[in-house]
Amino acid sequence: MMRFMLLFSRQGKLRLQKWYTATAERDKKKMVRDLMQIVLARKPKMCSFLEWRDLKIVYKRYASLYFCCAVEEQDNELITLEVIHRFVELLDKYFGSVCELDIIFNFEKAYFILDEFLMGGEIQDTSKKSVLKAIEQSDLLQEEDESPRSVLEEMGLA
Amino acid sequence: MSDVVEKTLTALPSLLLSVDSQPGSAKLSTSSKLGSLIRNITELTSKHEEEKLIQRELSSIKDQVSSPNTTMRQMKELMVRAIYCEMLGYDSSFTYIHAIKLAQQGSVLEKRVGYLAVSLFLNEHHELLLLLVNTVLKDLQSTNLIEVCMALTVVSQIFPKDMIPAILPLVEEKLNHPKEIIRRKAVLALYKFHLIAPNQVQHIHNKFRKALCDKDPGVMGASLHIYLHLIQENPEGYKDLTTSFVTILKQVVGGKLPMDFNYHSVPAPWIQIQLLQILSLLGKNDPGTSEIMHEILEESLRRAEMNHNITYAILYECVKCIYTIHPKSDLLEKAAKCIGNFVLSSKINLKYLGLKALTYVVQQDPKLALQHQMTIIECLEHPDLIIKRETLEILFRITNAQNVTVIVEKMLTFLSTSEDDHTTIDLVGKVAELAKKYAPDNEWFIQTMNAVFSLGGETMQPDITNSFLKLLSEGFDSVEEDRKLKVFAVNSYVSLLEGEPEKLPQRFLQVISWVLGEFSHLQQDVGAETVVCLLDKLLHMKNSTSETKTWVLMAMTKVCEGAACAPLVQSVCETYSSSLDTVLRQRAQELQHLSRDPALRARVLPPVCTREPLEVDSSLSFLDEFVSEALAAGAAPYKPSHQRQEELAQTKAVSYEPYQLTLPISTTAHTHTPSLLSISSSLSEGSADLSHKGGSSSLKLEGVKRVWGRGGYEAAQVETPSPPQEGGDPSISHTPPLTSEDTESKQQEQQLASSMFLGLDHSSVTLMGKGDSTPSWLKRKERGQTPLNDAQTFTDPQELTDPSPLHVVSPQFPQSPVIANGTSDTEAALALACLDTNRSSTNQLEDRGLSLYLPAELSGLICSEISVLCSSESLELSACHVHKLRSLEMIVFISNSSDNAVQQIQVQLHSEQLEVSCASESQMEEVKGHSVVVRQYSLRVRKPSVHVELIGTLFHPETPQNVQFTYRLPLSSFIRPLTLSTEEYGTMWLSFSNDTKQNLTLVHSENEGPLRATLNVLTEDLHLHVVEIIGMEAIVACRLLQDQPCLMHCRVHGDALAVWLRSPVPELPDCLIYHCQRALQGH
Repeated sequence: MMRFMLLFSRQGKLRLQKWYTATAERDKKKMVRDLMQIVLARKPKMCSFLEWRDLKIVYKRYASLYFCCAVEEQDNELITLEVIHRFVELLDKYFGSVCELDIIFNFEKAYFILDEFLMGGEIQDTSKKSVLKAIEQSDLLQEEDESPRSVLEEMGLA
Repeated sequence: MSDVVEKTLTALPSLLLSVDSQPGSAKLSTSSKLGSLIRNITELTSKHEEEKLIQRELSSIKDQVSSPNTTMRQMKELMVRAIYCEMLGYDSSFTYIHAIKLAQQGSVLEKRVGYLAVSLFLNEHHELLLLLVNTVLKDLQSTNLIEVCMALTVVSQIFPKDMIPAILPLVEEKLNHPKEIIRRKAVLALYKFHLIAPNQVQHIHNKFRKALCDKDPGVMGASLHIYLHLIQENPEGYKDLTTSFVTILKQVVGGKLPMDFNYHSVPAPWIQIQLLQILSLLGKNDPGTSEIMHEILEESLRRAEMNHNITYAILYECVKCIYTIHPKSDLLEKAAKCIGNFVLSSKINLKYLGLKALTYVVQQDPKLALQHQMTIIECLEHPDLIIKRETLEILFRITNAQNVTVIVEKMLTFLSTSEDDHTTIDLVGKVAELAKKYAPDNEWFIQTMNAVFSLGGETMQPDITNSFLKLLSEGFDSVEEDRKLKVFAVNSYVSLLEGEPEKLPQRFLQVISWVLGEFSHLQQDVGAETVVCLLDKLLHMKNSTSETKTWVLMAMTKVCEGAACAPLVQSVCETYSSSLDTVLRQRAQELQHLSRDPALRARVLPPVCTREPLEVDSSLSFLDEFVSEALAAGAAPYKPSHQRQEELAQTKAVSYEPYQLTLPISTTAHTHTPSLLSISSSLSEGSADLSHKGGSSSLKLEGVKRVWGRGGYEAAQVETPSPPQEGGDPSISHTPPLTSEDTESKQQEQQLASSMFLGLDHSSVTLMGKGDSTPSWLKRKERGQTPLNDAQTFTDPQELTDPSPLHVVSPQFPQSPVIANGTSDTEAALALACLDTNRSSTNQLEDRGLSLYLPAELSGLICSEISVLCSSESLELSACHVHKLRSLEMIVFISNSSDNAVQQIQVQLHSEQLEVSCASESQMEEVKGHSVVVRQYSLRVRKPSVHVELIGTLFHPETPQNVQFTYRLPLSSFIRPLTLSTEEYGTMWLSFSNDTKQNLTLVHSENEGPLRATLNVLTEDLHLHVVEIIGMEAIVACRLLQDQPCLMHCRVHGDALAVWLRSPVPELPDCLIYHCQRALQGH
């Protein structure tokens, strides 16, 4: 099971964090800080896997963003690497050639996609098509929902 | 992918400036407030400015969220900003309650953000989560699919454990939902429940089977998560599903799933890997089950050829599986080749995994390490520390007496450069272990341990120092050797202290002080005075902690002999007699008194050789008299802290009972804390305590290897000719010709290789016999272990005439609950699998005959079904268990179906959880042709768990192999009624510290009230004693054989029965609640 997933930039700025097991706020901060330091210090040609505390860390860099997952002892490192890759593919498809800025400004969308892809730390839907369908459906609903409301609001404001 | 994700932060300023000119690009909502917040932050240069800006932002959010005019839509915007602030590390806890409100009241669009915020802000234990329960309930019932999806998502992310029963029925219902996405999410939500509160979902295990048979592969895949977890806990219970899993894997590998599940044209890799993991758990140590999966494993290996990351993932899992299950030689060969490909790969990730796989298999197959020795040597010098570290791990596993010095040296070099604490702790422990096991001589041992202590510093496991000191103090059998070791240690420490003791870690100083205190007298050249002087130096060091000083003072007390030390000792005593630290003061006092009075000193601290091993009275019985006097004088009896807290809580108890469910008040949750014992300080505590601890330390590892192959595999290993000892290994001769400048370094590497892999080439001899090859230098005196006392038999003659209050109802004791449940309707729908059911049917046929052989005194008592344990040649073993009032008897039937008698049959039973004693004295049995011999065993629970297991071996002289079998019993077989009065119940209740609370479903009956009906079911199935029923409450008592009581308090609460169990045995309440649930489920 995946314990958590972090997205951070080369500059060490956290962009996304998802924790699948209950962790105290203080521990989270320490773990994020420590891990970022370790991962950022590693050179490009080095191995993508780390053993860290009792966890296995799998990370991969895409352009300026590091995607970093912590999995448990019995989990498969290579498939975790593919989980990251699939997530990037999903983001890419959704945003249309994604870049770090998309994730910064629309991080809630990125969270929605992640929630549709992983649930409770396990992969939920491996099909790219159906994940995006699920997201688009709720997006669509949002827009339908949004339009009458915004009119009302404008009237209310006016 | 990286070429697609080209835009980076460097592009940020230009993008921000030209937002308008790029309208469609990346949907940047820069015009929004979040957008401007982010923009402002990126423009800042210092952390301080950022802090100021965020604080301003947060206070503006604070104003707006609490304003009544804020619409939900604005709230959603605010929430996104709050999440952003929180991600940057600023506390925005004031928005939490509003996030819940948003999830509750918003429209779908706002709700989604509300739920997201809740799942990011709160964790499972947050008290505000209770407010979410109603919202989730409402959304689960919604007709809008998206709302249901959101509710299921949030439930799997965070949900308060105690509230699971409130939503469980709704989630279960979703398993039948027409939409596969809902079914899939429901399965995953249940998986999460299973993880955080397994008790709550155990009754729906058969629904998981239905999910496994779902027509949508996605739902099936989701259910695999649950099965993986369940099988990990109890592989025995799911063996019947092996064929199903194999069939599913066959279909997946064969590309029978819809194209949607392909990932880079590999069919459903996630499902494949899950299945492989499940299969390896099922096949572990089980030849029969492993047999079923051999074919598909071979096919998986063959199919995964494509040169893509994902196929390597599958291959890796496949290899792991092949090495975990019962070995098959040609599969192993293929797997070994596969590992070779990984190790030799130019891709660093694959190389790493190859090394990991090597680590995993090297004990079973040391030849593999030999084959790759040059790669291993290369990896030792790899720039990536991770690779280096993993290589050391392999070396650790192949260490033997011949190569230990080289390998330990490599490990110590690595340690001196390592900065990661976790690695250091781990590696230091390993070096210590190797040193202890394989040290070639005294000097090397002491020097290595010095390095361990210096490098390990304060982070090191305390076991290491303890077991080292224990080893030193126990020493060798040979007196001379023993003295040499100790003298060498003393010399080495004296010279260390003469050097720069400031640089040594505190733990090392403590070890040094102890050793000098105990053994410095053995070294005549160093006078007591010198030692005291050196020790005194430690006291004056700035960085010495008071703990170290205590050790030093104790050492001084032992050493200070003769007039020469007196002035120094005197000044030390004066300094520390007034210390603020009480322990130090105490030690200083001791030192003062003992140094003045040689006679007393000789009595308190006798010379090492005459010292008797000390017994520690952990029950503190010597205080009994004192306690009873105090009680007689009117002192209040001692209450453990949890009890005091509870009484405190009861006086101001608040009833939180929303939604008609009891919320456990968690004051009693942490009742396992051991009460602190204050042990009176005795002078020789140092040594006594240490050896005591050392005795139980986990460092005393047996040989690292596991006995691996049976039958064919070992044979295959022996057949292959072992390569010559020095450098002439096949792999080396395969290395391509080298250019002259390379040659030298290559030669060095080869030299290293030949010294490192020494002793490995007669692989099966040295490595398999690793435990025995321990050099004689460290044959420590074994503490005599009393073997299990077989003579203890419990044939109580009284028992035969005992009027048994048990009703003979012959309840069904499911041997394996899941098999019993799931086979009916769901199996019919199982399109993917078929089940092996013939085993159970044959069992029933044979029952009839065997029950005649039950011993006469047991007839009429409750007896389980007779099940077949194992068979070998013409012999068959069956067993059942019979409930006696004072014991549980297990009856083993040995039946011989051939014409000839079989002699010298031996059945041995053992179990970690049970105490087994045999009624008959003879070990051997003779079974005549076509007859049955009965053996009777009494079982008692040593360690309660839901099911207890016996492992047995049948020794049969005519077959070379012994046959192993297991027998599982539910804990409920060991439960007997406990008759007591309400008053007794009251006093016992207060004195028990372990408890569990749970709601059970009530049984409804026409004749009686629900409480009575439920109790009837429970007492009938579990043999409980109802002490009293008062209105809607009841108190019930039972005991676990022999006399471990468990008390139960039940109260009807709405539709549920709130049950509170208490017992002095920690595991008992949880186990019992499980059986209660199962009993009620049957009705």
